Amino acid sequence: MNFFRFAAPQAFYPLAGRLLPWFAAATVLLTMAGLYVGLVVAPTDFQQGEVYRIIFIHVPSAWMAMFIYLVMAAYGVFTLVWRTRLSALMTRALAPTGALMAAIALYTGAIWGKPTWGTWWVWDARLTSTLILLFLYLGYMALIAAIEDPVRADRAGALLLLIGVVNVPIIYFSVRWWNTLHQGASVSLTAAPKMAQTMLTGMLLMSLAAWMYTITTALHRVRSLILDRERHTQWVRELVAPVPATAASSQASDPHRQSQP
Amino acid sequence: MDALTALRWALRRDLMIALRRKADALQVLGFFVLAAALFPLAIGPQREWLQRIGPGAIWVCALLAVLLALPRLFESDHADGTLESMLASGQPLAGLMAGKMLAAWLVSGAPLVVVSPVLALSFDLPGELMPLLMLSLLLGTPVLLCIGAIASALTLGLKGGSTLVTLLCLPLYVPVLVFGAGALESSQAGLSAQAHLALLAAGMLLTAVASPFVAALALRISVE
Repeated sequence: MNFFRFAAPQAFYPLAGRLLPWFAAATVLLTMAGLYVGLVVAPTDFQQGEVYRIIFIHVPSAWMAMFIYLVMAAYGVFTLVWRTRLSALMTRALAPTGALMAAIALYTGAIWGKPTWGTWWVWDARLTSTLILLFLYLGYMALIAAIEDPVRADRAGALLLLIGVVNVPIIYFSVRWWNTLHQGASVSLTAAPKMAQTMLTGMLLMSLAAWMYTITTALHRVRSLILDRERHTQWVRELVAPVPATAASSQASDPHRQSQP
Repeated sequence: MDALTALRWALRRDLMIALRRKADALQVLGFFVLAAALFPLAIGPQREWLQRIGPGAIWVCALLAVLLALPRLFESDHADGTLESMLASGQPLAGLMAGKMLAAWLVSGAPLVVVSPVLALSFDLPGELMPLLMLSLLLGTPVLLCIGAIASALTLGLKGGSTLVTLLCLPLYVPVLVFGAGALESSQAGLSAQAHLALLAAGMLLTAVASPFVAALALRISVE
């Protein structure tokens, strides 16, 4: 089977439709399992008490926020170099989920920080670079929203993502250095105590759930984007109005349809 | 013509235009000075405070002044069709971009470097900090301008483009600000500023080499 066949939006649309329920089901099952392990099975932390359990949301979303940006940049390479259409649509489909993950990571970090560190926000290197990552997502989304021509928007967005991905490590490194120069955060995330096995299991389950959620939303969104982008093509018209008899206006304009009974 | 000739041509042309419209460069400079003067008014005239925030405030103002200079980089050339002619001419576009960026830095960036010691005086910064301030701005402002040029090229001709440029640029400006202001701060704390300056210089060399090509690509995306 030629895998690259699915790089065509027309071929990917039904494939995404077939895969979607499976990923959605995996999202639900893994989230339930992860929450069960995280909230019920995992022991109470002897230092932080119950509040540490926010880690099961916080860490997976922070991972996904970083990872989705890398995936988008990889799709950006395809868009710029090979001018593939689907890759640009996938980038667009992933962006809102990436921004959401960054926002969730920041939000849960803040409500975790208040009881444990005594403050909603510290200018820790990780917090600051996640905040900047959120702004990179928002900048990308603002750019593609501002450009009307879809091809230009796709390519401009891809280039911006590539500039961003070069910068992400530099930003993280610079903020880290800046932080050590200032009075550092009183609590270091890197020196976390060794986790219990069940906590790790819960976190892995939740991370997998976050993966599945991302894939589900991206596939769902890309299907809409494909229909929107390819709305002038024959196959979308047939898909949207499959029965020729009901679409009287398209019959008149379409010579193929007129021959049908 | 080869890339260097293209660079020289674009540099000469943009400098000549800037020379005939001196107000443009002065506006950026005026913004830099006035914005920096707002900080003492906002936080009070205490010497220790001014010395403490001075390097950071001057750096933030320089950063915003560069942002302010960006719209002029391509806007009028886009409006009168010069950019399309450049693209259609078949001449090395990266060379032309490099010339334009260098001219823009000479017109809008270099004056900031020259004026910065005066601002340092107004923040009561010690005299030995001034060469360091000028050097950090000398290395940092070209990076700001190069990144900004790419963002301007990407947003060419869009409604609300200059706001968008700000949104795109500011996250990418973070390392420059950290290393630039950090050089001064570590010097104030009695540490060596060498590492900050070396990183700033590395960033400057990297953007100086790469950004003309990236800006040329961005321009092709926007105009074609």
